Amino acid sequence: MARVGIPHTLAYFLYYPFWKTFFEALGHEVVVSSPTTREILDLGVEETVNDACIPIKIYHGHVASLLDKSDFIFCPRLVSVRRHGDFGSETFCPKFLGLPDLIRLTFPKAPPIIDTRIDLKQGKKELESICLEVGDKLGNSHQDSLTACRKASQVHRQFLALLEQGKMPPEAMEILLNQAQPVPSQSLPGGLSIAVVGYPYAIYDPYINVGLLNMLAKEKIKVYTQDMLSDKILNREARELPKSMFWYFSNRAVYGGLHFMKKADIDGIIHVTAFACGPDSMVDRLLEIEAHRRNKPYLSISIDEHTGESGVRTRIEAFVDMLRYRRDKT
Amino acid sequence: MKISFPHMGYSYIALKWLVENMGHECIVPPEPSKRTLDLGVRYAPEFACIPFKILMGTYLEVAEMGAEVILTSGGRGPCRAGYYWVMHNYLLQEIGKDVRVIAFEPPLDNLKDFWKKLRWIRKTGGLSVKEFIGVLKVTWEKIKAIDDVEMRSHEIRPLEIYRGDTTRALWKGLEMLDQANTLDEIEEARREGLKLLENIPRDDTRDPLKIGIIGEIYVVLEPAANHYIQIMLGEMGVQTDRSIYLSAYTRNNTIVNLEGDIFSKARPYLNEAPIGGHGVNSIGETVLYAQHGFDGVVQLAPFACIPEIVAKGILPSVSRDYGIPVLTLFIDEQTGKAGVQTRLEAFVDLLQRRREQKAKMERLVV
Repeated sequence: MARVGIPHTLAYFLYYPFWKTFFEALGHEVVVSSPTTREILDLGVEETVNDACIPIKIYHGHVASLLDKSDFIFCPRLVSVRRHGDFGSETFCPKFLGLPDLIRLTFPKAPPIIDTRIDLKQGKKELESICLEVGDKLGNSHQDSLTACRKASQVHRQFLALLEQGKMPPEAMEILLNQAQPVPSQSLPGGLSIAVVGYPYAIYDPYINVGLLNMLAKEKIKVYTQDMLSDKILNREARELPKSMFWYFSNRAVYGGLHFMKKADIDGIIHVTAFACGPDSMVDRLLEIEAHRRNKPYLSISIDEHTGESGVRTRIEAFVDMLRYRRDKT
Repeated sequence: MKISFPHMGYSYIALKWLVENMGHECIVPPEPSKRTLDLGVRYAPEFACIPFKILMGTYLEVAEMGAEVILTSGGRGPCRAGYYWVMHNYLLQEIGKDVRVIAFEPPLDNLKDFWKKLRWIRKTGGLSVKEFIGVLKVTWEKIKAIDDVEMRSHEIRPLEIYRGDTTRALWKGLEMLDQANTLDEIEEARREGLKLLENIPRDDTRDPLKIGIIGEIYVVLEPAANHYIQIMLGEMGVQTDRSIYLSAYTRNNTIVNLEGDIFSKARPYLNEAPIGGHGVNSIGETVLYAQHGFDGVVQLAPFACIPEIVAKGILPSVSRDYGIPVLTLFIDEQTGKAGVQTRLEAFVDLLQRRREQKAKMERLVV
């Protein structure tokens, strides 16, 4: 029985249900850091190498806030989750690849870090052996780990199904893990629809994007994100590009963006990008050019540690006004 | 067909010869200048790294000069450099330039595509397979000879008595290599170039500091991007060893190649390789330079270079464990030569003091 700390950022928004189920099935307690706050961001900015992007700084902040609350920090090395891309070598941003080492060297006094290498492109059995490895580190038997892995996979499938029904990950997690009642959508029939694409940790973290999704919800706008699309729909878009990108989350954002651009009922696309994000410098311009060619309104919101709410609100309001005007005209 | 390519250090001499002897017209890319960078910055995404912006500017310049095709390299990631050509194509189309970027992907990943492109270049140039192989061989020798001469110049520069002698000799040597057309001529030019360097009046009693230069390939190889850092350091009286040479894969007289597996050196610090670009190399090479008695290491990287940021986060521990000072220079369009020079001077002063103090300690012990 150990307390496993999971930072409330990066891959959390897509894979938390899996790991929570897994650890709890093994009888461990899962400690999640609080949603991002000013304190967490400040902690992160203090500790991290100064050229890192804001999501990595926030990740360090979350880890710092977990240090004395947990016996293990769960910081797996995300290498790949599928075989994809032109050479089958799709991976994550290099910062993800080096993250466990950065964390270890930044926090020498941290509790043991579970830095299991997650490289699912190796084959179907890979997930089980990852679960066995994590179980070993926590002192669980192979039999228990396998059972927990199966249970967790089942929950993950339910989670994905909820996302495909149009739920946002935080809401889907509430429904799945806390048996919350689904909240009916507030959007008006015939109202505006906007697709928000970008990395899960930029879209679903209301602190770092200063409540972008809430702003849109208040305007009674129906919001879509790339995570509501199945892999099959997303991967169809890969053919449109001369070459796939190398990064899993970037590919999802690009494919999602391209998919929504083709839909007549989507009024505009918003891309949320983190300041100085390496892959996004490519993603953003690519989506901008494609949107321009397809005559689809496109707004890029860049966020950093100094982003103010009013700045984003002004831009969103202007964008929404423009979309309404556009719609009335046609 | 008018063919051009990215400008990277002195490699343009060999690549120019290659393109011309494949039966195409070569548009030699101009050395990146203020104008190149301005053009690049205007059209490139804000957070693209500096190599992307310089290449963007270079491509626009060669397009003005009439280039129709630009040859470059691809990559399998996760460094952004492998995606450059796609974005450059998009941007050139948007700007309305009629020039196509063709990239050679790593042959191990897609052999068919690689051969197809090679064959296309050969056919359009009108060469037979045998001639083509001959041309490639000469080009490769040229690249090696250029690297030989340049490498030697960095060893000799700190010893020169009259500042600038070495650089002038290097230029003369490179010019001779530029004129060479056959394997024999290249060998002769190489020998002549090295002789020129050896004949420079020099002071062998000096014991120059030794600094290793590591980091991202483009800013390490392109002097115009790193403000001629190796010449600058050489003239401060520092011997430099660069971790990357284009011909490095085949040679075994560079420190980095002596030790074999660079990744295994980095493993205690970064348990994953590769992470794209030269991120892991930077860590492993710092370890190597420390083990070979170098006084310090300068890490060169473009601003917002992802793999080098990871390396930078890890290098302080390497520096602590091996007792080797590391100076990281992130280069972007705002970086000025004077800024780089000031930081390097301070770094060299620090290394000099360290060395003196170490000598003093040793004397005390004796």
